[in-house]
Amino acid sequence: MNGTIGYGLVLGGLAFAAFGAVVGIFTGLRRSEAGFPWVMRAVWGFAGCMIAANLVMVYALVTHDFSVKYVAQVGSRDTPLLYTVVSLWSALEGSILFWGLIMGGYIGAFAWVHRREHARYMQLALGTMLAVGVFFAFLIAGPANPWGAMSPVPADGPGPNPLLQNHILMIIHPPFLYLGYVGMTVPFGVAVAGLLRGEIGEAWMAPLRRWTLVAWLFLSIGIILGAWWAYAVLGWGGYWAWDPVENASFLPWLTATAFMHSTMVQERKRMLKLWTLSLALASFVLTILGTFMTRSGIFNSVHSFTQSDIGPTFLVFLGVLLVVCIALLAVRGPLLVPEGRMSSLVSREASILVNNLVFVAITFTVLLGTLYPLVSEAVRGVRVSVGEPYFNKMAVPGGIAVLFLMGVGPVLPWGTPDKATLRRQFLIPTGVGLVVSVVCFAVGMRGFYPLLTFGLAGFVTVITLRELVAPVRVRMAERKEGLVTAVMTSATKAQRRFGGYVVHLGIVLIIVAVAASSSYVKHTSGTLKKDQVMELDGYKLRYLGLVSGEEPHRTFVAARVEVTTPSGKVDEQKPRLNYYERSTDPIGTPAVRETAGEDLYISLMAFSEQAGNASFNVWVFPMVGWIWWSIPLLVLGTLIALWPRRRAVVALSGAELGAAAPLAGDDAKQGAA
Amino acid sequence: MTPVARNRLIALGALLVAGVGLGFVAFGNIGENLVYYWSPAEMLAQGDKAYGATIRLGGVVQPGSIQWNAEHTTLHFRVANDAKEGTASVLVRSTETPPQMFRDKIGVVVEGTYDKSGVFSSNRLMVNHSNEYRAPKEGEDPNKWRETLTDGTTTASTGTGAR
Repeated sequence: MNGTIGYGLVLGGLAFAAFGAVVGIFTGLRRSEAGFPWVMRAVWGFAGCMIAANLVMVYALVTHDFSVKYVAQVGSRDTPLLYTVVSLWSALEGSILFWGLIMGGYIGAFAWVHRREHARYMQLALGTMLAVGVFFAFLIAGPANPWGAMSPVPADGPGPNPLLQNHILMIIHPPFLYLGYVGMTVPFGVAVAGLLRGEIGEAWMAPLRRWTLVAWLFLSIGIILGAWWAYAVLGWGGYWAWDPVENASFLPWLTATAFMHSTMVQERKRMLKLWTLSLALASFVLTILGTFMTRSGIFNSVHSFTQSDIGPTFLVFLGVLLVVCIALLAVRGPLLVPEGRMSSLVSREASILVNNLVFVAITFTVLLGTLYPLVSEAVRGVRVSVGEPYFNKMAVPGGIAVLFLMGVGPVLPWGTPDKATLRRQFLIPTGVGLVVSVVCFAVGMRGFYPLLTFGLAGFVTVITLRELVAPVRVRMAERKEGLVTAVMTSATKAQRRFGGYVVHLGIVLIIVAVAASSSYVKHTSGTLKKDQVMELDGYKLRYLGLVSGEEPHRTFVAARVEVTTPSGKVDEQKPRLNYYERSTDPIGTPAVRETAGEDLYISLMAFSEQAGNASFNVWVFPMVGWIWWSIPLLVLGTLIALWPRRRAVVALSGAELGAAAPLAGDDAKQGAA
Repeated sequence: MTPVARNRLIALGALLVAGVGLGFVAFGNIGENLVYYWSPAEMLAQGDKAYGATIRLGGVVQPGSIQWNAEHTTLHFRVANDAKEGTASVLVRSTETPPQMFRDKIGVVVEGTYDKSGVFSSNRLMVNHSNEYRAPKEGEDPNKWRETLTDGTTTASTGTGAR
C-alpha cells in the first residue's frame, strides 16, 4: 500500500516537473508570460509530491512496512526510532528520494521568494530547475526505485548500515552535503535563464549570488562535518584523504567560491560576465559529476554505495548537461558584452581575477587526479589510483596562493591604486606576518610551507581585522556612536563585505589548522599488556584493561587507557570497538582527547583477552579541532551577508509595481542586493 | 592592431602558457604518484617492473600464514589471489598492528613496495569490510564475538570464524 502511494507520488512529481519544464522553457523563450501561473502550479505540485513521497517513506520505515523494498533493505524492528528515520538516507535509493525532497524544497522556496519577479525570467529559471527535477524524479521512478514490492514480505530487515548508527555526525553530515549539492540547482536555473535570454542584469545577479551563497554555506559545512566524521569515526587517524568522494564535494566548492568572487567584479566593473556564469554552470555540473562518482560505485571508496544501475543514467544526464552548457555559452555568450576594462594589474579586480585563476587551477588538478584512474582503466586497462602526494603537491601551493590573495585583495582598491598609500597599508601586516614566521621558527617549528602559511595567516588576519574594525572606529570617532551601535551599523551598511571578511577569518583558521595538524602530527602504535605504558610527545598511556557493555543497538568492547598529559593531568580514555547485531565486523570509535591546542587520538586496533593485551594506534594532532570550530564563523559571516535588508522590502514592493514597468523594478532590486 | 587587442592577445598567450605549464606539471606529478592496483598474480607477472613502484596489493590472507609478533610489532603474512590452495601469493611484511578483523581468508589491501628479495613491505594495511549487512544465517550466532571474551581465543590471529 505504502509502496503504491509512494510510487504514485513520485510519478506525479515526474509529471509536474515535466509539464513545468516544458511550459516554462517554451513560453519563456517565446517571450510570453501566459505560462507563468502554470509553471508556478507545477512547482507547487512537484514540491508537494516530493515532500509527500518522503513522508510516506518515513511512515513506512517507522511502521516497519517490510513490503516496501527499501524498508526491507535498511529497516529492522530493533533499530532505535532516530536511526530508523534517518535510514531514509542511509542507502542509495533512499538518498536519491531524499535528494528529491531537498530539490522540491529548494525550487519551491525559490519560486516563493521570487514569486513577484519578472515572469518571463522566472519561467525560464523555474523551467530549467524543473528540468533537473525531471531527471531526479525519473531516477527515483526508474533506476533507483525504492518502492518495489517485496514478496513474500520479510518479517524483519537487516537494519541500516552500522556506520550510520556509529556516530551522530554520520546522521547530520549527508543532509548538509545534499543541501549544498542540490542548492546549486537554483543558481544553475538562474544562470541558464540569463543565457537563454542573452542578458543578465543586476536584478538577476543578486538572486544568483544569494542562492549560490546558501548552497555554498551548506556545502562548506557538509565538507567540514564529513572530514570531522572521518576523523572521529573511521579511526585511521586523519580527516582528509583525497578520496574520490571527498574530492566530489570539494570540486563544486572550489568553483562556487571562485564564482562568489568574480561576481563582485561583474557587479562593480561589469566585466567577467561570461566567466562568472560559466562558474555558476560549472558548479552545478560538478555537483552532478560528484553525485555520479559517489553514487554509481565506479570508485572503490569507503563511503560509496556500490553496485547500482544509476551510473548509465547519470552519464547520459552529465553528457546532456555538458552539451547544453557549452552550447549556451557558445551561442549566447557573445551577447554578454563587458562594459568595463581592467585599468591596472595592481587592483582589486585584477587580484580577484588571479584568485579565480588559482581556484580554477586547483579545480583542474583535483579533477584530473580524481578522474585519471577512470581514464587509465578505460583506455589502457591499467588499474591505478593517484596517490595523496600528488594532490598535496598541487593543492598546498594553491592554498598558499589563495591565502596570499585573501590578504592582498581587500587592500587593493578598485580601478587604479595610489602606490604610496598602498605601501603604507601593507607595511604593518607584512611586518606582523614576518614576526609570526620568525616567532614560529624560534619556538622550534620547522618546514618551509608551514612557516610560510603561518606568516601569511598573520598577514591576512591583520588586514581582515583592520578592514572589519576601520569603519567601526570611524563611526565611533566621527558620529560619536557607541561600540555596539557602530559595529551593527557598519555591518548593516556593507553587509556582504563585512560577512565576507568574517568568512575569510574562518577560512584562515581552517588553513592554519590544516597546515599545523598535517605538518606537526606525531604518530606511534604498539601493543600493550596490562599496566604497560607507551609514550608519545609527552603523553603517557597506560593500558588498564578491557570493559564491555551494551547499548540499545550495539555492544562494545572498550580499552581503558590512563592518559597522563605532558602537564601532569591524569584522565581515562576509552577507545572502543562496536559490534552491531547483524554485521560480522566491528567498527571502531577512537577516543579523542580534545584541547584547544592539540588532540590526543587513540584508536583501538585489536584486543586479546587470552594474551591480556591490546593494540593501539595513537596520534597527536596540533590544532586540528579548529577546522571544525571554524563552522560558526562561516555561518555567522554568511548570515551577515545574506540577512535581508529592510530596504529589500521596499524594493520588493517596487518590483511588484514593476510588473507594469519591469525596468523600474530591476533598478529597485539593484539597491537591495 | 589596437592596444586593446594587443593586450588581449598578450593575456591570452600568458594564459595559454600558464595552462600548458599547469597541465605539464600536473601530469608529471601524477606519473610520479601513481599507485598500481594489482593482485598477487598480476604483480608477479610484471617481473622487474613491479620493483620499487607504489603498489596496492589486493587479495585474501592465506590461511595459516599469519605470524604476528606483538612485542616487536612485526607482522608477516601471505596475500593470495583467493582463498583456494595453490594460487599465487606474496609474502608481506608490515610494521602495522593488524586490526581486530584481521584473520585468515579475509580480504585485504596492503599498500607498499615490492623488492627483489621477494618481500612486500607494507606501510598501510586495510581490511575489507564485508559490506553485506545481512541477517544472520541459520545456526549462526550474531553475537559470536562474545566468545572471544569468554573462551579467550584471540581474534587478531586465529580468527573467530565468522564465516
